[in-house]
Amino acid sequence: MTDKNNIALSVKNLKTFFYTNNRCNKAVNGVSFDVEKGKTLCIVGESGCGKSVTAATIMQLLPTLSRIEEGEIIFRKDDKTINIEKLEKNGKEMRNIRGSDIAMIFQDPMTALNPVYTVGFQISENLKYHTNLNRKEIREKSISLLNDMGIPLPEKRVDEYPHSYSGGMRQRAMIAMAMACNPKILIADEPTTALDVTIQAQIFELMEKLKEENDTAIILITHDMGVVAELADNVAVMYMGNIVEAGTADDVLRRPTHPYTKALLESVPVLGRGKNQDINPIKGSTPDPYNRPIGCQFAPRCNWQTESCDVMPEITQINKTHEIRCHKYEQFFEKYNEKRDS
Amino acid sequence: MKKEILKLRDVKVYFPVKAGVFNRTVGHVMAVDGVDLDIYRGEVLGLAGESGCGKTTLGKAILRLVEPTNGEVTYVSKEEDETELTSLEKKDMDPFRKKLQIVFQDPHSSLNPSFTIFGSLQDPLKKFGVNSKEERRKIIGDLLEAVNMRREYMDRYPHEFSGGQRQRIGIVRALCLDPELIVCDEAVSALDVSIQAQVLQLLMQLKKDNNLTYLFITHDLSVTEYLCDRIAVMYLGRIVELCDSEDLYKNTLHPYSEALISAIPVADLDKKTKRIVLEGDVPSPVNPPKGCPFHPRCPKAKDICKTEVPTLKKYSTNGNEHYASCHLIDLPEIS
Repeated sequence: MTDKNNIALSVKNLKTFFYTNNRCNKAVNGVSFDVEKGKTLCIVGESGCGKSVTAATIMQLLPTLSRIEEGEIIFRKDDKTINIEKLEKNGKEMRNIRGSDIAMIFQDPMTALNPVYTVGFQISENLKYHTNLNRKEIREKSISLLNDMGIPLPEKRVDEYPHSYSGGMRQRAMIAMAMACNPKILIADEPTTALDVTIQAQIFELMEKLKEENDTAIILITHDMGVVAELADNVAVMYMGNIVEAGTADDVLRRPTHPYTKALLESVPVLGRGKNQDINPIKGSTPDPYNRPIGCQFAPRCNWQTESCDVMPEITQINKTHEIRCHKYEQFFEKYNEKRDS
Repeated sequence: MKKEILKLRDVKVYFPVKAGVFNRTVGHVMAVDGVDLDIYRGEVLGLAGESGCGKTTLGKAILRLVEPTNGEVTYVSKEEDETELTSLEKKDMDPFRKKLQIVFQDPHSSLNPSFTIFGSLQDPLKKFGVNSKEERRKIIGDLLEAVNMRREYMDRYPHEFSGGQRQRIGIVRALCLDPELIVCDEAVSALDVSIQAQVLQLLMQLKKDNNLTYLFITHDLSVTEYLCDRIAVMYLGRIVELCDSEDLYKNTLHPYSEALISAIPVADLDKKTKRIVLEGDVPSPVNPPKGCPFHPRCPKAKDICKTEVPTLKKYSTNGNEHYASCHLIDLPEIS
């Protein structure tokens, strides 16, 4: 498959469960993927499918009522490999990685920034713990980071509090913080969902620039297929704690093979297709996580459901990059082959 | 011939900004700053724009949920009797409240958690003279079935429903008085994509069945294109472009609409276009820039844009009326 040296992070059969009221929510139930250097992996799915929990697990930021049940998270730093799931949550090693090697951008920049400290202070905190710079150098670096992110008058802005920043600027300040120590991996959890489209375009431009200049691996979590088409190199579609389809953006968007991926793509109106486009809603709603379907999680909402769907399908490799979790994929995939041949 | 249902003339909504020890008014947020708009019977009019451009305030001003500071909102009945809503006494508004309804953005905060669905929904019916409880239950039950929910659900509490279901209850609440116009204020924005499609189809079906008119407020231009007949794009309290939904994408006239459309991520690898990235943020509506409000971010701005405020002028594209307010359009103006 891909060159081993290029992989920055690989997750293997990861399971994260939550325990509340004597019940168990299998939020992430056997997820595997690789993230390559300088590439963007998009994790797509609806709310409650486990995409944010996957991100929190990699960062070891899970709440106390949950734990990693099984699986491996392997982080490759230079030539060493580190098993993140074995590190102590607040231990020295994990704290060394968190923020410097793996950084995260959160969805809502207002709640993620601390309102009682200046933005400059919050950026320099990161530099203080992870680098050997002195105070003056830290301040200079903070200002140059804000400048890189396109914030006007960074010398003045660095001493301001988050409330005097606008939504787009706060998100930039968050990215500045995340990029402070040149992380190998950047995890962005719905970074633009709370922002307007024009501001979203600015943030995307910035993220693409960072990817090219620093060779950072980006894990982008989103629910918007449009964002995927725009930024992704690789895509993983999640549903109820499993990856149901994964592959390159080309594989997944041009030849969607899992019924869920197809349904997702057909249920949003696409700009430029006019009033006569067909949109087909997915029937029903996502199942209760405490009362899951027995086999394939998507079966009750799927139009092609058969008896064989009572057993959880295994991951099947369709070609080098494209993999899928469905019993009946052959039927769908043949269609694309036919189309290509004719 | 198209008939109007609502006519808006020079509608302005200003909110005072107070400061200091004596709480004096030091300025105004010009949320809606002079909007002229006709809404025709039976159409879906989209109102699009970024957050803070005044689209929700305009929607509320139509229903007088926010009092307009200036201007006229005129309701035209089926028999073409005109009534100016803005000059009416509060209590004289009642018969018109029945005809103009709203679906709110957030389905979680628009239902009272301590009432059952029936308890919440029966109040408007009581107010408008449906006195027997049996009849009220029948009306609400029928409507719940019309939005694909079970009749028994009316005795449940809001926390028992998912977001999509709650939004449908919000739609039932708007429908139960048999309105003529519904303002949908970001009615599908808070929902997941698969649920969003269900609600969109439901709205279209209800429109067909009940001869409704929608004013559809949203920031999502792909939804407006699918749903709306005409689209008005707002920026800083003003309408900058108003035209048929198809023309907005094919013959965009205003540079702001152009940038907005190019910034939307499209889930289609073959349709990748170059995004036009606007610099900076939306200026403050307390202190809007002189001249064209868009000129500080406009990639095409010339000297004239900095001094003169453009007015909404009428052009023709594709044989349809097309309004835009920009100095730099070189199409012939139609009077």
